[in-house]
Amino acid sequence: MIAELGLAALWLAAALAGLQLLGGIAVLRDGEALLGQMVRPAAQLQAVLCALSFAALLYLFAVTDLSVALVAGNSHSAKPAIFKLAGAWGNHEGSMLLWVSVMALAGGLIAAVERRLPERTLSATLAAQAWVGLGFYAFLLLSSNPFARLDPAPPEGTGLNPLLQDIGLALHPPVLYLGYVGLSVAFSFAVGAMLTREVTPAFARVMRPWVLGAWVALTLGITAGSYWAYYELGWGGWWFWDPVENASLMPWLAATALLHSAGVLAARDALRTWTLMLGVVAFSMSMIGTFLVRSGILTSVHAFAVDPERGTFILALLALYIGGALALFALRAGTVLEGERFAPVSREGGLVINNVALSAILGIVLLGTLYPLLTEALGFRVSVGPPYFNPVGAIFFLPAMAMLAVGPLLRWRRDTLARIRWQVLAIAAAFGAALLAAVLAGIALLPLLGMALAAAVALGSVLPLVRRRLRHAPLTLWGTVLAHLGVAVAVFGMSADSAFTAERLVALRVGEETSVGPWRVILANVEPVAGPNWTALSARLAVSYSGAEPTLIHPQARSFWAPAQQTSESALLTRWNGQLYAVMGGQAAGEDAGRWQLRLWWKPFVTCIWYGGGLIALGGLLALVGHLATDLRRWRRGRA
Amino acid sequence: MKGWRLWLPLLGIALLLGLFALQLARPKDEFVRSALVGQPLPAFALEAQVPGKHGLANTDFADGRARLLNVFASWCVPCAAEAPQLAALRAGGAEIVAVAIRDKPSDVAAFLDAYGDPFTRIGADPYSQLQIALGSSGVPETFVIDGQGIIRHQHIGDIRARDVPLLLEQLAEAGE
Repeated sequence: MIAELGLAALWLAAALAGLQLLGGIAVLRDGEALLGQMVRPAAQLQAVLCALSFAALLYLFAVTDLSVALVAGNSHSAKPAIFKLAGAWGNHEGSMLLWVSVMALAGGLIAAVERRLPERTLSATLAAQAWVGLGFYAFLLLSSNPFARLDPAPPEGTGLNPLLQDIGLALHPPVLYLGYVGLSVAFSFAVGAMLTREVTPAFARVMRPWVLGAWVALTLGITAGSYWAYYELGWGGWWFWDPVENASLMPWLAATALLHSAGVLAARDALRTWTLMLGVVAFSMSMIGTFLVRSGILTSVHAFAVDPERGTFILALLALYIGGALALFALRAGTVLEGERFAPVSREGGLVINNVALSAILGIVLLGTLYPLLTEALGFRVSVGPPYFNPVGAIFFLPAMAMLAVGPLLRWRRDTLARIRWQVLAIAAAFGAALLAAVLAGIALLPLLGMALAAAVALGSVLPLVRRRLRHAPLTLWGTVLAHLGVAVAVFGMSADSAFTAERLVALRVGEETSVGPWRVILANVEPVAGPNWTALSARLAVSYSGAEPTLIHPQARSFWAPAQQTSESALLTRWNGQLYAVMGGQAAGEDAGRWQLRLWWKPFVTCIWYGGGLIALGGLLALVGHLATDLRRWRRGRA
Repeated sequence: MKGWRLWLPLLGIALLLGLFALQLARPKDEFVRSALVGQPLPAFALEAQVPGKHGLANTDFADGRARLLNVFASWCVPCAAEAPQLAALRAGGAEIVAVAIRDKPSDVAAFLDAYGDPFTRIGADPYSQLQIALGSSGVPETFVIDGQGIIRHQHIGDIRARDVPLLLEQLAEAGE
C-alpha cells in the first residue's frame, strides 16, 4: 500500500512539474495568462508530493518491506537501523529519487519565499527547474521505478555491500547530492535570466545562496572523500586524479568561479555573461560527472555500478539540458549588455583573473579525464595520471594563488597597487622568507613554491581584517577570510606531504625494530583475526615518537569474500605535527622467509590538507549565513 | 563577444556527447578477469602439511607440465562437497597440488582419510599468506597453472560436476 502511494505521489509530482513548465511558458508568451498563476502553487505542491514519495521509500526501507524489489535487493532485516535508512539512497533508483526530491524541495522553497526577482523571471526560472526535473521523473517512472513490487516476496533481502556499511559512505552521497542539486538551481536561475534577459544584480543575489550552499556541500564531500581514500585504500596518497574524484572536482572548480563571478555581478553589476556561462557550466559538470560515474564508460579504481542502458538515458538528458542551455546562451548572450566597466587593476580585475585561472584548471582536468576516452575511440589505450595533472595544473594554480593573496585587498572598480603597497610588500616578504626557508631545507621545486605561496596567501587572507573592528566585521568578510585561509592551510598540507614524507618499506621478524622519520617501530606480534565477513592478519606495532613512551597500533590485511575483495586496514597515529601511517603487507618469501612486510610513512602536517578543506567549507557556511541574514533584514525592512 | 564565438561552447559539448555516445554503443567486455590471471605465481615455499607428502613451492611448477592448484581447508564444508569432482579430475589425468589454509596436520590427515586424497603435494599456509598473495578470497578455490608457472584460470568456489570437463579443457589448453 505504502509503495503504491509513493508511486502515485511521484506520478502526481511529475504531472505538477509538467504544469509548472507549461505555466512558465505561458508567462513568457503572454504575461497575464491564467496558467501562469499556477507556477508557484504547482512548485510548492510538487515539493510536498515528492517529499512524500521519498518518505514512503524511507518507510519501506525502515520496516524492510521485502515485497518491494528495491528493498529486497539492497537491504536485510538484520541490518542496523541507520544502514537500513541509508540503503534507501545507497542504490541507483533511490539516489535518483533523493536527487529529484531535493530538487523539488528547492523549487518549492523558491516559489514560497522569493520576491526579489520580476515575476516573469521567477516563472521562467521555475519552468527551467521543472524542465530539468521532468527528465529525472521520466527516468524514474519509465526506466527505474523504485517502488516496483516482487511477487512472490523473498524470505530475506540480499543486503548492502559490506564495504558500503560505513557511516562515512552512508552520508557521503547525500552531501555530494546537495551540491549537485544546488548547482541545478543555479542553472535554472541562469536559464530563467537568459529567457527574460533580466541579468541583474538582483538575479545574482538570489542565485548566490544556492551556489554557496552547493559549494559548501561539494567542499565537504570532496574533503571527506579524499580522507576516506587516504585511510581506506592503504596507499598513503590523498588524491589520485581518478575519474570519480575528478567528477566531483570539476563542478567544484566551476562553482568556485561562479561564486566569485556572481559576487561581482551582485555588488557591481559586471561580468554578466561570465556569470551566465558559469551557471550553465557548473551544473553541466555535475551532470557529466554523474554520467561518467554511472555509465561505466571510464574505468576507475572505485568499483561502481555499471549500466550502459542507464548511461544512454543520462546521455539523452545531458544533450537536452546542456545542449539546450548552451544554444540559449548563444542566442541570448549577445543581447545581454556587458554591464559596468572597470579598470584592469581593481577587485573585479582580480576576480576575472581568478575566474580565468579556475576555468583553465577545469579545462585541464576535463581534458585529462576524457583523454583516455578520446584515445580509446582512436584505437589505443592510455591512462592519464599525476605526471600530467600536477605540472600542467600548476601552471594556472600558481597565478591563481598569487591573485588569491592580493585580490581581496583591492577596491572595486579602480585601484592602484601603490595604495596597497605595504600589504603587497608584506605578502611578498612572506613569500620570499618562506621561499628562502624552503630552499635552505632543500625542498623540490613544486612543493617549495607551494609552501611559499601558502605563507603568502595565509598572510594575504587575514590582511583585510587589519584595522577593522573585528566584532563589527560582517560575517561575509569572515567567511572570505576563513575560506582563503583554508586554501593556504590545505596547500601547506599538500606541499608538506610531498616535501617531508619519510617512507620505509621493510621486512621484519617478530621482535625486530626499524625507524621512520623520528619514529621507532617494533613489530611485537602478528596474529590472524576473524571478523563477521572477513578474515585478516593483524600486526601489533609498538611505536614511539623521539624516545617517548610507545603506543600500540594495529594495521591489518583483510580479505572479504562476499564480494571477494582485499583491503588494507591501515593504522594511523595522529600527532599535532603529522601522522604515522602503517600498512601491513604479506609475509616475505625467499631468503627473507619468516619476515613480515611493513610499509611505514611519517607524513608531517598531512592533516592540514583536510583541516584546510574544513576551514574552506566553514568559511562558505559563514558567508552563506551572512548573506541570508542580510536578505532577512532587507525583507523585514521592506515589510515594515 | 562576436556572435559566432558564442556557439563554440555548444559545438564543444556536441563533440563531447558524440564521443560519449560512441563509447556507449561499443560492446563491453562483461567477463570479469582476476587481476592475477596471466601473471606468474608469486614466489613461495610452503612446508609439508602432512607427513609423507612434499610441501609446495613455486619452483615445482617450472617443469613444463600444467597442473591444478587447489586451495582448501579441512574445516571447510564446500571443500568436502567438491571431493568427488577432484577425484574425477584426477581420474581424467589431471595432476592436482594443494594448499591447506590455517590448518592442523592431524585435521588434514583426517579430512583426506574421510574424503580421499587426490593431491600429489600439499603445502601448509597457516597464516593464509599464499592465499592472500594469490588473490584468492575464500576456500575452496582452484587455479589452472601452466608449465611455466603462469596462472591461466581461476575457479572461485567449489567445483561442480559440470565444471570438470571445462577444467580439463583449460588444463589441456594450458599444457599446449
